[in-house]
Amino acid sequence: MLDYETLKIIWWVLVGALLLGFAIMDGHDMGVGTLLPFAGKNDVERRIIINTVGPHWDGNQVWFITAGGAIFAAWPLVYATAFSGFYWAMLAVLWALFFRPVGFDYRSKIENPAWRKTWDWGLFIGGFIPPVIFGVAFGNLLQGVPFHFDNDLRSFYTGSFWELLNPFALLAGVVSSAMITFHGANYLMIRTEGDVFRRVRAASLVFGAVTLAAFAAAGYFVATGMKGFVITSAIDPNALPNPLDKTVAQETGAWMKNYALYPATMLVPAAAFAGGLLALGAAFFRKPLTAFVGSSVSMLGIIGTAGVSLFPFVMPSSTDPRSSLTVWDSVSSQMTLTLMLGATVIFLPLIIVYTSWAYKKMSGKVTAAFIGANDKSAY
Amino acid sequence: MISTELVDLSRLQFAVTALYHFLFVPLTLGMTFLLVIMEGSYLVTGQQIYKDMTRFWGKLFGINFALGVTTGLTMEFQFGTNWAYYSHYVGDIFGAPLAIEGLMAFFLESTFIGLFFFGWDRLTKGQHFMVTVLTAIGSNLSALWILIANGWMQDPVGAEFSYTTMRMELTNFWTVIFNPTAQAKFVHTVSAGYVTASVFVLGISSWYLLKGRDVEFARRSFRIAAAFGFASALSVIVLGDESGYTVSESQQTKLAAMEAMWHTEKAPASFNVIALPNEKEQKNDWELQVPYVMGVIGTRSFSKEIPGIVEIKEKNRHRIESGMLAVSAMEALRRDKNDAAAKEQFEAHKADLGFGLLLKKYTEDVTQATHEMIQQAVDSTVPRVAPMFWSFRVMVALGFMFALLLGLSLYHTIRGTFLQQRWLLRWAVLFIPMPWIAAELGWFVAEYGRQPWTIYGVLPTHLSASSLSAGSLYGSLAGFVTFYTGLLVIELYLMFKFARKGPGSLGTGRYHADAH
Repeated sequence: MLDYETLKIIWWVLVGALLLGFAIMDGHDMGVGTLLPFAGKNDVERRIIINTVGPHWDGNQVWFITAGGAIFAAWPLVYATAFSGFYWAMLAVLWALFFRPVGFDYRSKIENPAWRKTWDWGLFIGGFIPPVIFGVAFGNLLQGVPFHFDNDLRSFYTGSFWELLNPFALLAGVVSSAMITFHGANYLMIRTEGDVFRRVRAASLVFGAVTLAAFAAAGYFVATGMKGFVITSAIDPNALPNPLDKTVAQETGAWMKNYALYPATMLVPAAAFAGGLLALGAAFFRKPLTAFVGSSVSMLGIIGTAGVSLFPFVMPSSTDPRSSLTVWDSVSSQMTLTLMLGATVIFLPLIIVYTSWAYKKMSGKVTAAFIGANDKSAY
Repeated sequence: MISTELVDLSRLQFAVTALYHFLFVPLTLGMTFLLVIMEGSYLVTGQQIYKDMTRFWGKLFGINFALGVTTGLTMEFQFGTNWAYYSHYVGDIFGAPLAIEGLMAFFLESTFIGLFFFGWDRLTKGQHFMVTVLTAIGSNLSALWILIANGWMQDPVGAEFSYTTMRMELTNFWTVIFNPTAQAKFVHTVSAGYVTASVFVLGISSWYLLKGRDVEFARRSFRIAAAFGFASALSVIVLGDESGYTVSESQQTKLAAMEAMWHTEKAPASFNVIALPNEKEQKNDWELQVPYVMGVIGTRSFSKEIPGIVEIKEKNRHRIESGMLAVSAMEALRRDKNDAAAKEQFEAHKADLGFGLLLKKYTEDVTQATHEMIQQAVDSTVPRVAPMFWSFRVMVALGFMFALLLGLSLYHTIRGTFLQQRWLLRWAVLFIPMPWIAAELGWFVAEYGRQPWTIYGVLPTHLSASSLSAGSLYGSLAGFVTFYTGLLVIELYLMFKFARKGPGSLGTGRYHADAH
């Protein structure tokens, strides 16, 4: 059995990997949903756009569900505190996601144009809202969240929903939304041609630029103006998790410490820019596959930057800093972490293999001729 | 103190969303296997009609599946949003099967379902069949892990409380997986899903037959549904009995309530076929009994006694009194983990910790609990009898009727005479909604019967809820009801529309009303 400290760090990496998997896979179909009403000007074009992800959105969504399940299993206190504290934000994500399964499956079952247009906007909501809220949530994590525990480890959230919508968090929401839309546009370039291709290529160039600019602005703000968190008591990474067993202070620039301590981590934000620039160049030169890889790398960099800056914090508390949740003290038991690691090592490679097979089998451009020939069975 | 209003609203929201989710699950569980049978017939015989059957029933399946996915998301969120203390307290055990469900089952089902719908022209016949099989396996494995999680709530094996981390921690995952309660629940639940799908296909096919439409298509569908359904209906009954047996082993309060057994009888106990339970006087005002049967079903012996409600409550009173000592020792250990006297007291009483926590509903400091509070806690340990008693009986009666309907359908299928049995066809049409009613009642018995616990004997429901305001709950509950009502209307509209259209909706030109 691996020692507890190692397991705790592995699970920090794995949760990050699942979130990245979610961003790359579910992210591209959410980006597709966001672009749907704008890149498709008539019913056939919209059906082309929807059918690029028709066979895949459901499998992709499981990245989200599994990431949630893994956080529940590996970081139960984070799952409990974040989901209940961000109650209305979480419900907004959930209710936005409601529009996707029914939107995809029901939209083209009836020919009425009003019915179809309504579901198009439903798919837009399902694609647009969740990334914005996730970005806003990350923006709040970096600033600290108003919650505390009582002695029984029952969490109390003392902020309001509207507090979450502060300027930095909204900027983080822009980063998140733009990167997902950028990524979705790159995916659509792979699978479409003609007018739709032309429009999504333009979208890729715009949203790619917005992503990098907003990310740079957020980074500047974190480095210069924001109070980060530091653990001020001795920490035993092998100890049984108890978040109340430490002291924490707030310091300006604390989120930059890991980069000074381990300079190699500078590669993470660098990847955000390098991947983004690669994707922008590829979109400009009409190389969609390279663009898709580039935006994936860029998202690795962006999500990774949030993780590295916060480490070892996961969810700092602004009102009672010692209640802050860290990778050391919000985790499951050593046995559960070991077991879940085993399950992940077995199943994650299998998932990647059969998902790749599914994409390979369904690859190629979705065309107007295809929609015409499959009028009754296509989305 | 946690407000009772908040806890009640949280329970109501969970009940509404979970029961609603389970409107879509059973059909998915069973339909995937019926699709495997239909497509398997296509693979073997090469006859186009079996492919059309797979595609048409697959279309209805898809309309249902979309809402299953939608409402399943809610379940994933809701442990965290509304049951935060529960999630913290048992996440170490309960989270694992949910995460493994995602990795092992849900990915499989969801990835291949896309290929099931869209892969007909891209895959070879054999590949497509494999995709359908993997979808079925995925959806059923998904049920397995969810029911392992639920089985652990009913019968929390393989875990121990730690006062350092203030939660339950896993001690043996294999006992969690091979928990007999979970295994019996799994087979009972998936079999009920197979019955649901069989009655669905049987009923709609019967409707075509009564109308004289698409007779060949409907005839073959009817036969498959009758055969698969009859085997499943027998399995539901046998495994339901197994489920009852595991309940008698692990949850005496649930069994006593669903059988309205107020007092311990001499073994083997008699079975109340029908009774009028009187909660106040703790007796049945009237009852119709069959001697010996309950004892034999419940204990599989002639000599073991099944405890009655009054006796169980007395036993629970002692456990609550012992639990008070466990709670106070645990609180002392939270202040100073080296307190030797507290440690000794905790070790002596830790098995009753959960019973001590029941008092938290009435007082913050359980050592100060009055006699009235203890009495209230004692009374709360057994769920109300009448709703349990009646829900269980209606479910069982429906179960036997499914077996009869499907058995007669199979009999007439074998004799080749079912087209002439119009009464049978009408019965099948009328019975389409019944499996849903039975399934919902079954969940009601299982979950209402677990009260006052979320984790039986370990964590009271009252302590499990998130610290939210009642206002938030009214808001979210209103939101869920609005969304779910709207979605149900749309789903039923599409389901009826396509069921009415029949296989003609495939647009192949081979079926009724295909001309337009």
